[in-house]
Amino acid sequence: MADVSLHGVAKSFGATEILRDINLSVEDGEFVVFVGPSGCGKSTLLRIIAGLETVSGGEIRIDKKRVNELPPADRKIAMVFQSYALYPHMNVYKNMAFGLKFAKTDKAEADRRVRQAAEILKLTPLLDRKPRELSGGQRQRVAIGRAIVRNPSVFLFDEPLSNLDAALRVNTRLEIAKLHRDLGATMIYVTHDQVEAMTLASKIVVLNQGRIEQVGAPLELYRSPRNLFVAGFIGSPRMNFIKGQVLRAEGSRVTIGFAGTEAALDVRPGSVKPGDPVTVGIRPEHMEAGGTDSTSLRGTIDAVEQLGESSYVYMRLASGDDVIVRAPGETEATPGGTYIAHVPSRALHVFDASGLSVLPDRS
Amino acid sequence: MTIRPGRIAVHIALVLYTILALGPIFLILINAFKTRRAIFADPLGLPNAQTLTTIGFDRVFANSDFGLYFFNSLTVTVVSLVLIVLIGAMAAWALTEYRFRGSTILSLYLAIGIMVPIRLGSVSILRMMVELNLVNTLTALILVYVAQGLPLAILILGEFIQQIPKDLRDAARCDGVSEYRIFFSIILPLISPAIATVAVFTMVPVWNDLWFPLILAPGDGKQTITLGVQQFIGQYVTDWNAVLASLTLAIAPVLVLYLLFSRYLVRGLTAGAVK
Ligand SMILES: Nc1ncnc2c1ncn2[C@@H]1O[C@H](COP(=O)(O)OP(=O)(O)O)[C@@H](O)[C@H]1O
Ligand SMILES: [Mg+2]
Repeated sequence: MADVSLHGVAKSFGATEILRDINLSVEDGEFVVFVGPSGCGKSTLLRIIAGLETVSGGEIRIDKKRVNELPPADRKIAMVFQSYALYPHMNVYKNMAFGLKFAKTDKAEADRRVRQAAEILKLTPLLDRKPRELSGGQRQRVAIGRAIVRNPSVFLFDEPLSNLDAALRVNTRLEIAKLHRDLGATMIYVTHDQVEAMTLASKIVVLNQGRIEQVGAPLELYRSPRNLFVAGFIGSPRMNFIKGQVLRAEGSRVTIGFAGTEAALDVRPGSVKPGDPVTVGIRPEHMEAGGTDSTSLRGTIDAVEQLGESSYVYMRLASGDDVIVRAPGETEATPGGTYIAHVPSRALHVFDASGLSVLPDRS
Repeated sequence: MTIRPGRIAVHIALVLYTILALGPIFLILINAFKTRRAIFADPLGLPNAQTLTTIGFDRVFANSDFGLYFFNSLTVTVVSLVLIVLIGAMAAWALTEYRFRGSTILSLYLAIGIMVPIRLGSVSILRMMVELNLVNTLTALILVYVAQGLPLAILILGEFIQQIPKDLRDAARCDGVSEYRIFFSIILPLISPAIATVAVFTMVPVWNDLWFPLILAPGDGKQTITLGVQQFIGQYVTDWNAVLASLTLAIAPVLVLYLLFSRYLVRGLTAGAVK
């Protein structure tokens, strides 16, 4: 078991800077998910931790020891690749046992570990098959099995579910969560899918353009996104953003005007002053709450999506802003009609002109 | 099911090409078993009871060191082949996998070898072999053939190695597999179809070559089979029975090696590696 920490890690490919000044600590036994849009440098960061990529600056520590100079095999890590990367000419058993041959594990012990991993992953009947004779889900499990047998302190997953179909993805997600509980090992998991991040992580690291935007527990990020990017990235459908302006301020209490209405709420003292432009954020699922302390938004309905247990109403406000509202399953809203959504002011997020949240820390 | 005209045209072309390619071999085979008179009277006819003879073969075995020539050819071809494939694959792996100072220049330098025929350097090669005391040795031939075969081998194998998913090598590195082991246990097995291709392409010209055996190893019992056949072709008389018989015998091993390799030619081993 081991913790992992990154200190000022930077990476450039030639002249392009891919990662800059990454500082992060992963506790022993934690399940950390790196999430961010495609191309933001998640895989690169994971490969740096694995030792498959060198850094241009900074230090990586595993188990409190600097590992910058160590090859992957000596870092006590195991990696599961998005493409599975199974050796095509070896059967399942050999795929899992291959690495053990070079770790000087004795034969009986290697055999025991492979069979045990196969048992855990329900691969026992498939041990003699070649990768090409397996389904996507089975290949994925072999890839995980190959990681397990190494008995690593840190598991690294690079988008392990993105090649699976939807049903299998949910299943495998649960299996990975269970694996984490059973093994208690540190896991670092990369995905671009915020649902995977929310469901698996004990800590989420949101990356964007080579920088860490925010680190926190899933609900922390959901409740108190630190900036516009995190607010828009976490949550589905994404948070509605409406342009607004600070109208009045009395100490930390400010009144914000947006979409022809206004709301009063507490902000961090000194963060905004009257006249400042702001962006107001409202999650679709936090509207339609009614209540006394609420603001109402009125708009024309563009479209309605019925999902059964709920429906999404797409409406356009008089101010021209487009807003999605989660309404009850049996909504009477129809396209062309008018819809009124209530927003409790404590569900509002407010971001200043540079995109930073001005709300006081709620956590 | 409808048969598209395009397909028919393709098949006609292929059949014609096959006839064109196999025709001469077939002619050699049938005529090798015919009497001299029958060869000239009816070159396209099959041997029958009157014309069937093995006199050509008898003469080949009686009048020449056929076994020795055969063995020389086989040695040169097999050793060259092994060296070309091994060194070629290693060079291709190094040039595609590792970025080092001068790797681009080195690739270009090797690519030039494909465009410049090695025979242009015959005189210098001969001079060099004389200096090295390698004239009339099989080593001289092997060295030349390896130099001749390497550029194309590196090019073809490099292309294939590039197609092997990078994740596979990274997975092996995480598994603690050394770079040599990665090459021998993962890369080599996965490029075996390419190796078969390279083997076929390099083997045939080496086996058939007359030029370099004539220049570098014309005597001392180091003649190859192509050179051996020449002794039956005279300026005034040519022993056609013996020539055809020795050609027939010379075809056999390439045919066997070809059949051996062609099994792998079409095999797509990487299926199932990723996704
Ligand atoms: N070997 C490389 N050489 C040059 N650029 C690279 C290399 N690997 C990745 N990149 C670039 O780095 C950026 C981040 O890539 P990656 O870490 O794979 O993103 P993610 O996994 O978040 O989608 C991309 O813009 C990609 O083009
Ligand atoms: Mg990636």
